[in-house]
Amino acid sequence: MSHMSIPKTYKLFIGGKFPRSESGRVYDVHGPKGVFLANVAQASRKDARDAVVAARSAQSGWAGATAYNRGQVLYRIAEMLDGRTEQFVAEIRSVTGASDKVARAEVHAAVDMWVWYAGWADKYAQIAGNANPVSGPFFNLSVPEPTGVVVSVASQDTAYSLIGLVSAIAPAIVTGNTVVVIANEAAPLAALSFAEVVSTSDVPGGVINILTGSAAEIMPWLASHADVNALDLAAASGLSTVEWEKAAADTLTRIVRPRAAFTSLSVDRIDALVETKTIWHTKSLA
Amino acid sequence: MTFIATERANRLGLSSLDSVVAFVKALPGVDAVGLEARAANLATRSIKNSSKMAALDTIIRLIDLTTLEGADTAGKVRSLVAKAATPDASHPDTPRVAAVCVYPDMVEHAVAALGSRQGDGVTGISVASVATAFPSGRSTLDIKIADTRYAVEKGANEIDMVIDRGAALSGDWETVYSEIRAIREACDRGDGTHAHLKVILETGELATYDAIKRASWLAILAGADFIKTSTGKVQPAATLPTTVLMLEVVRDWFLLTGEKIGVKPAGGIRQSKDAIRYLVAVVETVGEDWLHPHLFRFGASSLLNDVLLQRQKMLTGHYSGPDYVTVD
Repeated sequence: MSHMSIPKTYKLFIGGKFPRSESGRVYDVHGPKGVFLANVAQASRKDARDAVVAARSAQSGWAGATAYNRGQVLYRIAEMLDGRTEQFVAEIRSVTGASDKVARAEVHAAVDMWVWYAGWADKYAQIAGNANPVSGPFFNLSVPEPTGVVVSVASQDTAYSLIGLVSAIAPAIVTGNTVVVIANEAAPLAALSFAEVVSTSDVPGGVINILTGSAAEIMPWLASHADVNALDLAAASGLSTVEWEKAAADTLTRIVRPRAAFTSLSVDRIDALVETKTIWHTKSLA
Repeated sequence: MTFIATERANRLGLSSLDSVVAFVKALPGVDAVGLEARAANLATRSIKNSSKMAALDTIIRLIDLTTLEGADTAGKVRSLVAKAATPDASHPDTPRVAAVCVYPDMVEHAVAALGSRQGDGVTGISVASVATAFPSGRSTLDIKIADTRYAVEKGANEIDMVIDRGAALSGDWETVYSEIRAIREACDRGDGTHAHLKVILETGELATYDAIKRASWLAILAGADFIKTSTGKVQPAATLPTTVLMLEVVRDWFLLTGEKIGVKPAGGIRQSKDAIRYLVAVVETVGEDWLHPHLFRFGASSLLNDVLLQRQKMLTGHYSGPDYVTVD
């Protein structure tokens, strides 16, 4: 008997669950020759609000986990992602029409990127923190702290549907931030399958939240949201971000402006989403 | 057990304890499926933006801001009172809540903190006290009466009593009735007025809609000013079907006698969206008259913050966050 293919329903990923959009809306995703691929949930501002609530409630627990534990969880994501290589290659190819070689290279680069950032989890404080010399019998320590809830826009270039997503998530969560990410609108399939990887990788619900839909529609609400601590627009170079940045400034939200090399492996990406806490502590006289 | 007749029981021609109990036992059963479908249907009502602000303000005016923790202190009660009077300091036009609800030993602190701002829920902020060995109610009648009198003497405007669920579940409605009646008398201040009595049925423990209906009728007959769903200490606490059922009993009583009894869902209502559904249920079951602090209350603590966040969103045009409301 021939096997009948089962088209997958692509839903949002909020708080560790896969809900449909509150609005009930979906949009079509097409392949390179206009062939219909899937209906994908089109997130509304209320979905975005729910995602921020989920990210906020997960944040203290995630930041409170040991750096070692966070690193283990991130490695686990890389393992699960690697194990699903064929699925991601197929999804990337179906949307962009890329060759097997190109698609496979993107998946491998995405796995490598996870491993690279996972390694920083228990090493980052060593390079970003410091024991400051002070004139008195005190320890004076500067330590990096996560900024909090980060809203990140993944690259909207269909050539970066997976690696663009990874580069929007990994640098934020490695230090204990939680993230709400807007996936690639035209090529969202890899992002939604990535959500399945996350949900099977010991990541607490709410640490990573993935929305599909129009960044232009959702971002004004997320940018102005008073409970969002940072806006990562590193990969948003093709979008008009100025109004978002203005809205974010009204609630003192940290902004990472669009930059060219957003997929490069760089500690700068982690630096942009931490704050430095400085602590004074008396030296023991014993 | 001595039967203390009430005006309400007399109205129905019920002149003995036996006849009261026989009356509630003979009440027709509740159509559970119909009730839940009705409640689910009411919950689908869409509230447009133009009505939402009015709904949020109404919710705030109907809240009994509550702290019922073992760790309560006089300081916590004072900050609760401050929040009750000025829920959102960044928007001073925010209405104040109806009442603060505390344990009996905290009544004096609430009264002192309120000062001249104390009132009956409309004229000022009312002080409600739980009593009668809240939340379990497992103590002797003497102690429950003493508990109640203490709270009234210290200045509570309202008493939230719990019924004896053990008695209700074993069919001993006589005890349930007599106890409510005794507590109602303990609410008397001696000058012809009385502290308003809310009777907590603890619907989560009564198990069936039929028992909830019986307990609602019995509480009304025994002299309740309000019937209240839950202590908030038992799951499930307030649910929409349960509240609709209690509203229906109140409506039936109104149609029979013209007298208005209050309803207070308490526990588990944390989001504005849920609270708005309760408002819809009130309007559709008993009418808009009941959206009044003397006839409807929300027993809640975290609900207020969510309403304030929604209110801030309506006023500023952007989503707010927990950093913009007080932590309790």
